[in-house]
Order: sequence, then structure tokens, then C-alpha cells
Amino acid sequence: MLHKLTVHELHKKLKNREISAMELCRDVFKRIEAVESKVKAYLNLTEETALSAANAVDEKIKLGEEVSFLTGIPAAIKDNMCTKGVETTCASKILKNFVPVYSSTAVEKLFNEDIVMIGKTNMDEFAMGSSTENSAFGPTLNPWNLKTVPGGSSGGSAAAVAADETIFALGSDTGGSIRQPASLCGVVGMKPTYGLVSRYGLVAFASSLDQIGPITKDVTDCALVLNAICGKDPMDSTSLDAKIPNYTKALVSDVKGLKIGVPKEFMGEGIDPKVKRLTEDALELFEKMGAIIEEISLPHVGQALSAYYLIAPAEASSNLARFDGVRYGYRTKQKVEDMVDMYSKTRAEGFGNEVKRRIMLGTYALSTGYYEAYYGQAQKVRTLIINDFNKAFEKYDVLVSPTSPTVAFKLGEKFEDPLKMYMSDICTIPVNLAGIPGISIPCGLADGLPVGLQIMGKTLDETTILRAAYAFEQEFGFKEKPIL
Amino acid sequence: MAISKKEVEHVALLARLSLSEGEKEKFSKQLSQILEHAGKIAELNTEGVEPTSHALPIKNVFREDEEKTCLSQKEALSNAPAKEDGMIKIPKIV
Repeated sequence: MLHKLTVHELHKKLKNREISAMELCRDVFKRIEAVESKVKAYLNLTEETALSAANAVDEKIKLGEEVSFLTGIPAAIKDNMCTKGVETTCASKILKNFVPVYSSTAVEKLFNEDIVMIGKTNMDEFAMGSSTENSAFGPTLNPWNLKTVPGGSSGGSAAAVAADETIFALGSDTGGSIRQPASLCGVVGMKPTYGLVSRYGLVAFASSLDQIGPITKDVTDCALVLNAICGKDPMDSTSLDAKIPNYTKALVSDVKGLKIGVPKEFMGEGIDPKVKRLTEDALELFEKMGAIIEEISLPHVGQALSAYYLIAPAEASSNLARFDGVRYGYRTKQKVEDMVDMYSKTRAEGFGNEVKRRIMLGTYALSTGYYEAYYGQAQKVRTLIINDFNKAFEKYDVLVSPTSPTVAFKLGEKFEDPLKMYMSDICTIPVNLAGIPGISIPCGLADGLPVGLQIMGKTLDETTILRAAYAFEQEFGFKEKPIL
Repeated sequence: MAISKKEVEHVALLARLSLSEGEKEKFSKQLSQILEHAGKIAELNTEGVEPTSHALPIKNVFREDEEKTCLSQKEALSNAPAKEDGMIKIPKIV
């Protein structure tokens, strides 16, 4: 039953030689064998390399070498992060069989800590979606209720953690893609400050918004993984050269005097009453613990969804231009007349519906005559949203809201209605636009499905949101697990 | 804001996507819907507001122009869908 434990619990056992990395690895694969056919969290399992990595870890431990917190810990990686020698598809037909010749920095940093990679997780194609239904290789199912979606786009990573098919996972978050699936699967997910984690080797969706982050079973694990993956990287010029604290130092169960702002825009229309009630209960608990709660307003945040669905597709349409069937990836097998014909047929066959829709939307928003009205205006609205957050953070240490407006929805429920699907991210998108950090932690169950609480912080103030999240977790004690 | 089928065809060409008739119709309808919603931001007064293209105040980033090891030809070509004699092969252009 080792697969049920957390990173910090397993670290102790490995360090004290109560268990071996090999035992742990085998235990996780046994769990995968038992439940993966129901959950479908993985696109690719790398059992052979995992076992040999675990073996190497055990040799190191035997020799008395120093053991880091992540040494020997099984991890799952979202399939939009390049892994040298291991297929990386972004859940897209256009990248099927693509085998990177280098690893992304975040993954490399985990390898440097001697993690044991279990496999690559399912996602919405190119991270575009909120349900993992947009995967070209079939959806992942929510371990809490197999008729519902796990959220997305990092749905495979969140479901794998929730189902104990890994000890932790990495996800990526452009508009909520770590926090929303973490919320729907009852686990912890953090989107760090933009630039805290290098994006090198993360297949780009919207470069000014994308950020890699941890998906874990508890807040302590979140801090441990964040410690390992953050830092300036010469390969990503947008990564931050910031002084990085030891995030585990933030794990203090004390929120006395902490000023929490609750944006009323995140508690109104569109939020399921059950989600709202659990959020209010959570705020009450914070108050009991000594925090100061006040309602605030972020007046422009209501425009965030619109701004996002112009900015993100615009950046995507430009980023995804690289998939042309020339240097890597799929190329059409049809007869072609010229290069444009080859590009157009390759892309038509290789991309799924949602990706095409967003490329079309972005290309339109950037095209002559519409640029100022759409993209230009959206960028100005982005400034207004950033100003709203800055003003709020003059007075408050953190902001709190629901992560997702609803609990996990049924498979197919929003699939044919893009606008409805896009609404899944109304509470998470503003955080990406502002570049600030946000975390989702479980705050209860509604009708047997998890509800997530979002805590947002100032730029580079992961420490305070981790402290608030940790304090809440200790006090609330969410112990429920899905039954599979 | 209605996006006509003709506009969809124009944008599809710019985006290098060959669309079926069914897709053209579907995207015409869906893009119109999405833009009708997203287009609401046009009503907002943004006079004097600077646009943000990036959440961080990053300007140009420079580094020394130093020789470094890079991918080998074999590695660089390892994922190419068609290659010949150490080069990427593409359909005839002229």
C-alpha cells in the first residue's frame, strides 16, 4: 500500500531503509495494473526505465550517498514536457511517435534529484481544454466518478495522483490547467509565478501565460516539488532571476492576522451554490484560525475570460505554426500539389477540433483589420486586470475563491459547446493574465465530488499561499479518497 | 459579429488548415459565437491604458555569442518525416 503515501512519508521510509525504491516502484506499477484500465490517466508507461532507475537509486542508498527529498520517488509527467528518448505527443496526432532529443528543464531537474519517472500523462491536445476530452487518444476519467471528467488540461496528471497511480506529477497551467483538474480530482495543484519555473522543453501553447507546476497529494509535497523545479534557466530568457526561498519553511500552521480578500466577482453568477457554500465554510474556518476576511472587488476581472480567449489563441496560432510536417511530427500521406497544400493537409489531419478552433480564432484576432479591436484591446484589458490585482494586494496578503465554478461534470456534457467549456476557467484565468501564483487545495465534497479552494498570492510570494494552504489543510484535514 | 464562410476560408488559408465544408460551417457559427462574447471587451474604455504583452517587465535579454555544443545532424533529423542524404526532404517547390 506504499502507493497511498505522500512524498514526505516515503522519503522518510527510503532514508531509514524501511523500504527500497524498487519495492516502491513495483507497488505503484501494481496499483496502475489494478486501476489504470478504469482511469486511463497515462498515454505511455515507462516501466522498464523506471525499474532500472529505482535500482540505481537503491545502489546509491546502499553506498550511503545523500538522499534528496525526491530521490526514488515515482513521478508522472504531463505529455507536453519533452523527455529525452521517451515519446512526447501533447496528446496530438501531429506529434505521435515524436521522440525528443532533449529533456525539458523542469524534468531534467527532477532527474537530477533521482526521481523515478513512471510515465507520461494524458491531457487535452496541446493543453487546450478543461476536461481532457480533447486528447487525440481518448479521455481520462475522474477517479471519484468514472462518468465524469477529471478536468483539464492536466487531467491525466491530476487523475493519476488522485488514483494513487503515482506519488506526484507535473502539470502545466495556461488558464487553469493545473488548478482546475486538481480541484476536480481532490488533490493539490499549484501554478507558480510566471517565470519561476523554466519553460524550456515545454511544448508552447501561449508563451506569455504557460507555467509548469506540481500536482501533489498534500501541500508539503507541493513545496518539496516546487523547491526542485524552480530557478533561473539560461535556456528560457523569461525565467526569473529571483532569490528563491526554501518553500518547506513556509509550512507553518499559523494564519493569525493574515489578511484574506474575497473577490465578490468570483462568488457570484455562474458559481454552483454547493461550491459557493463550501468556499464560505472554508473562509469561516480561516476566520476561526485568526485570519481577517473581507470582501473585495476586482472590477475588470469579469472581462478576463474574453481577454484570455483572444490572447491565448493568438499566441497559440503563432506557436503552432511550427507543426508543418517538415522537421518533425506527422506529414500527410495524401498527394500534394505544393508546399502550402502539404502544410494545410498535414495540419488538417494532424490537429483535433479544439486546436483547429483556437488556431482559427487566434489567426482571425491577429489578422489585418482586427488586430487592434481584438488582440490590442485584450492586451489593454490585461493591464487593467493586473492593476486590479496590484491594488488588492496593497491591502491583502492573499485572495481566496473557488478554483472551479462547478464540481466535475459529466463526460460529453460541455464537449460540443466551446463557450460553456471555456467558462470552467473563469476563476483561474485572471491569475495567468496577471502572472501571479495560485494554488488549489481540496475543501470538501459536494455530492461525493471534490471541491477546490483557490488561494492567490502576490508575484513571487508562493511562501504566503503555501502557508495559508498548509494551515488550512492541517485544520480541515481532508482525508477522503476515491474508491476504485 | 458574424464570421462568414468566406472569412473562415480566408483565415483557414492564413492558418494553413484545409477545412471540410462541414468544418467551415461549424467554425463560422462557433467563431461568431465566441467572438460575440469576447468582443464585449471592445465596449470597455481603455483610453490611455498601456497594453501588456507579458506579465513580467522583461526587455531584451542578451547573452555572449559563444560557441556551444548543439544537436548533432543525426539528432536534428531523427524526427523528420522524410529525409535523404542527411537532409530533410520536402515536396518539389519549383
